[in-house]
Amino acid sequence: MSNDSLRYRSELLQSLRSFFQQRRTMEVDVPVLARSTVTDINIKSINVSVFGDSGYLQTSPEYFMKRLLACGVGDIFCLGKAFRDSEVGRRHNPEFTMLEWYRCGWDEHQLMAEVTELIDELVRRHTSADLAVSKLSYADCFTQYLGVDPHSAELSVLRQMAVAASSHSWATETRPNCLDLLFSFSIEPQLPGGLVFIYDYPACQSALAQIHLNDHGQAVSRRFEAFFNGMELANGYAELTDANEQKSRFEKDIGQRLRDNKPAVAVDNKFIEALESGLPQCAGVALGVDRLLMQLLAVESIAQVMPFSWERC
Amino acid sequence: MANYSTNEFRSGLKLMLDGDPCSILENEFVKPGKGQAFSRVKLRNLKTGRVIEKTFKSGESLEGADVLDMDMQYLYEDGEFWYFMEPDTFEQHQASENALGEAVKWLSEQDICVVTLYNGAPLSVVPPNHVELAIAQTDPGLRGDTAQGGSKPAKLVTGAVVKVPLFLEEGEVIKVDTRTGEYQGRVK
Repeated sequence: MSNDSLRYRSELLQSLRSFFQQRRTMEVDVPVLARSTVTDINIKSINVSVFGDSGYLQTSPEYFMKRLLACGVGDIFCLGKAFRDSEVGRRHNPEFTMLEWYRCGWDEHQLMAEVTELIDELVRRHTSADLAVSKLSYADCFTQYLGVDPHSAELSVLRQMAVAASSHSWATETRPNCLDLLFSFSIEPQLPGGLVFIYDYPACQSALAQIHLNDHGQAVSRRFEAFFNGMELANGYAELTDANEQKSRFEKDIGQRLRDNKPAVAVDNKFIEALESGLPQCAGVALGVDRLLMQLLAVESIAQVMPFSWERC
Repeated sequence: MANYSTNEFRSGLKLMLDGDPCSILENEFVKPGKGQAFSRVKLRNLKTGRVIEKTFKSGESLEGADVLDMDMQYLYEDGEFWYFMEPDTFEQHQASENALGEAVKWLSEQDICVVTLYNGAPLSVVPPNHVELAIAQTDPGLRGDTAQGGSKPAKLVTGAVVKVPLFLEEGEVIKVDTRTGEYQGRVK
């Protein structure tokens, strides 16, 4: 990392904070070390020992922020570190900087508009270029680039397409894995430049998002992702507020973890209790700050925007 | 051989893929934030030299390939096999025409080559980067034409054909880069 990008990182952190200060959004500084963690089957938490007990470095500030939202703190943002095990590469580092924020009473489309305002402001300030913005549904993506409806296609069809796209045996893969493979390898490289929002993700990839019916009457998740010059930058939801539904999704994850021989994780009951006490209707989004910096500086590797990437730690 | 999981994949690692030994050229980690992690790997098939691309789910593993690169001295050929010797142990290995591939047209006795052994037998041979060889056959030299910078084909004693400046004549020794097949200069 050069001196220039070190200074650039400092300026970006200030720009992000001032964006939210102008919008009277409170910054919250929540723990990165906790007793519980997420159940997501594709996210591996870093397990640490605390006073001889098991602790986890947090993979995002989401649960703590939602516990604050349930206390009625109103709109909040968090700019801090998140940790994910086994993620190292050109776009990944096990410790990274995440910006996450919540808007009470908003839906996911209002939040996408605000993500656009934020990125547009940063691009203007730091690169003085114009930002192209486009928005399409997950189904539109698959229809446009692969000619298949991801929500109604038979699993056997998706598997065949995954095999063709990866030149490897995916004949027994699950639906979400086939969709991830096709999206990552066949769609992502073809996405237009600038900022691209993909919304209405498949119901099987809902995580912590509400589910609603799209125009074709298909159940889809109110989840969106933002891609910046073809790179995944942010993930947002119209947040699920139903504690029972959330708990049953967590338990489903836990069952899947058991079948996949992945480390066992317990449901975070303090988080579920917060949902039971009442999470306001809200939309939230998490954004990778290092990746944003990569795009603003037009560099190829996340190591180029970090003072010390994992290789050098 | 040991098995290697995708998180141990590094460029240069030798693995078995579909029954052939391969060497990893590039390994890219691909993962949607909430989704399945993949390794997109570029490998060179060490038998055919072909480059292939494969995608694995993170956590999948492949068997390591018993492949070893070793400096060896080229001794002689008997019409069927080419013989190489390990300098330390004097152990000899016979390589087939297939294993020699393009290297055959550059080799002189006593050259030090990199021989890739697969299960103990030569799989491929890389000649020295630079070799000095005599011209066996070329059109007559045109003296005084040096300034023009023209070139002509010259057949070397090993059979390789390289482009050389017009003034060179049969019997002269030249230096050639075996990686590009380009003439480097005249050896006096």
